[in-house]
Amino acid sequence: MSSTLQGLRCKECKREYPLEALYFCPDCFGPLEVAYDFSGLDAEEVRRRIQAGTTGIWRYADFLPFETRPASSLEPGLTPLVKADRLAEKLGVGEVWIKNDAANPTHSFKDRVVAVALAKAIELGFDTIACASTGNLANAVAAHAAAAGIDSYVFVPSDLEEQKLLATAVYGTTLVGVDGAYDDVNRLCTQLAEERGWAFVNVNLRPYYAEGSKTLAYETAEQLGWRLPDKIVAPIASGSLFTKIGRGFTEWLDLGLIEGELPAFHGAQAAGCSPVANAYAEGHDVCRPVRADTIAKSLAIGTPADGPYALDLARTTGGSIESVSDDEIRAGIRLLAETTGIFTETAGGVTTATLAKLAEAGELGTDDRVVVYITGEGLKTLDAVREGFEMHRIEPTLESFAETVAEPALA
Amino acid sequence: MPITVKIPAQLRPATGGEGEIEIESAATVGDALDAVFAQHDGLRERITEDGDLRRFVNVYVSGEDIRFQDGLETAVADGAEVTILPAVAGG
Repeated sequence: MSSTLQGLRCKECKREYPLEALYFCPDCFGPLEVAYDFSGLDAEEVRRRIQAGTTGIWRYADFLPFETRPASSLEPGLTPLVKADRLAEKLGVGEVWIKNDAANPTHSFKDRVVAVALAKAIELGFDTIACASTGNLANAVAAHAAAAGIDSYVFVPSDLEEQKLLATAVYGTTLVGVDGAYDDVNRLCTQLAEERGWAFVNVNLRPYYAEGSKTLAYETAEQLGWRLPDKIVAPIASGSLFTKIGRGFTEWLDLGLIEGELPAFHGAQAAGCSPVANAYAEGHDVCRPVRADTIAKSLAIGTPADGPYALDLARTTGGSIESVSDDEIRAGIRLLAETTGIFTETAGGVTTATLAKLAEAGELGTDDRVVVYITGEGLKTLDAVREGFEMHRIEPTLESFAETVAEPALA
Repeated sequence: MPITVKIPAQLRPATGGEGEIEIESAATVGDALDAVFAQHDGLRERITEDGDLRRFVNVYVSGEDIRFQDGLETAVADGAEVTILPAVAGG
């Protein structure tokens, strides 16, 4: 499919490598990224190909890192971009659009990255895929491996939310709960990736995997009528999603598929795990690692691999990186649910709370069009909303209803 | 007991293929790495820059990230395992 594929290139020293299961540069340890040459593409032809394509991310195959378009039965993408007028009005912001990525096959944006990584893993001849996960990725790896009929191993912190454990195990994967934090799981998987020769989607296949997040940018632009928003708010864990949304917009700007300039990139972290927000506030260009302690477990990465690049993107686009408390996260979940009818997990609470915080600080104006990336589903983190609700308990009679809940209106 | 320094597979061309290098003794992680570089000079500039670790290098002493301890000054006990890994995984 892609004659545009060039190879892998180190983001630091720019040395080039072949398109194999490599993820860091042995010369300088910098991360490798897929390099393309889009100069031979005609923007109008590409636009037509996209519009005639599938109703998921394979419509953007020109921009994805495989030779032939995969035949996946679990194609993610083209999730709704919902205009959230009630939320915008409440916050005093011109336009707020919610990119609801809970509407993917396993209810998070991770289906995008896993679908791309799995396609590449099969192309490279792997028969087993694996991952280090905070939960959403675990669900996606297990499901996509099941659909493709290949073996999978999923490594998670053993104290993960029960919903995320069950929604992984159901697909028949080998689920491994590691007694430790996500960063311990990640270290173990980095070692296992060397030892076992499996395709760890977010370790040795990470350059390909990360490319899947670009499709969030493509969809946003396409769903806005081939236009860019003024500002975006997105969560930051490793910083990969955040920076790849930037790369997706940049590729389309360079190709001439869209016009204008990059939106301001606002990143969202939980205060209990905010190495990138801390570095932003302190003016640093690298992140000091932290030990995570937050209800937003899907964002609880204390050593963010793409932290330096996320900082750079926020700074060069006039954005920022914020952090919000666990109470603000819970309030963010409620705010989104009560104004849009969308129930998000804690990561979406972080993002919505950051949106509210930016609006309150005057960073988002009445002439701004803002896109908010909601990356996961509320049913996966029920503990976060267990408190603070009232259920009216009544007998099955009109009298009991009137006494307990609402007096009848006077005739 | 000697200290073992574990080298990622992709760097082994610089160690003549060795994945584990034994150091007789070292007080700190920095000392242990210096002893490794004395045997395999090609590793020095890949792992360090201006005397400090490159920003995408993680070093662990018996599984604990040295950035949570004293960095290159982190003490290494006899028999400890020092693991060098790329920092660009995960997420």
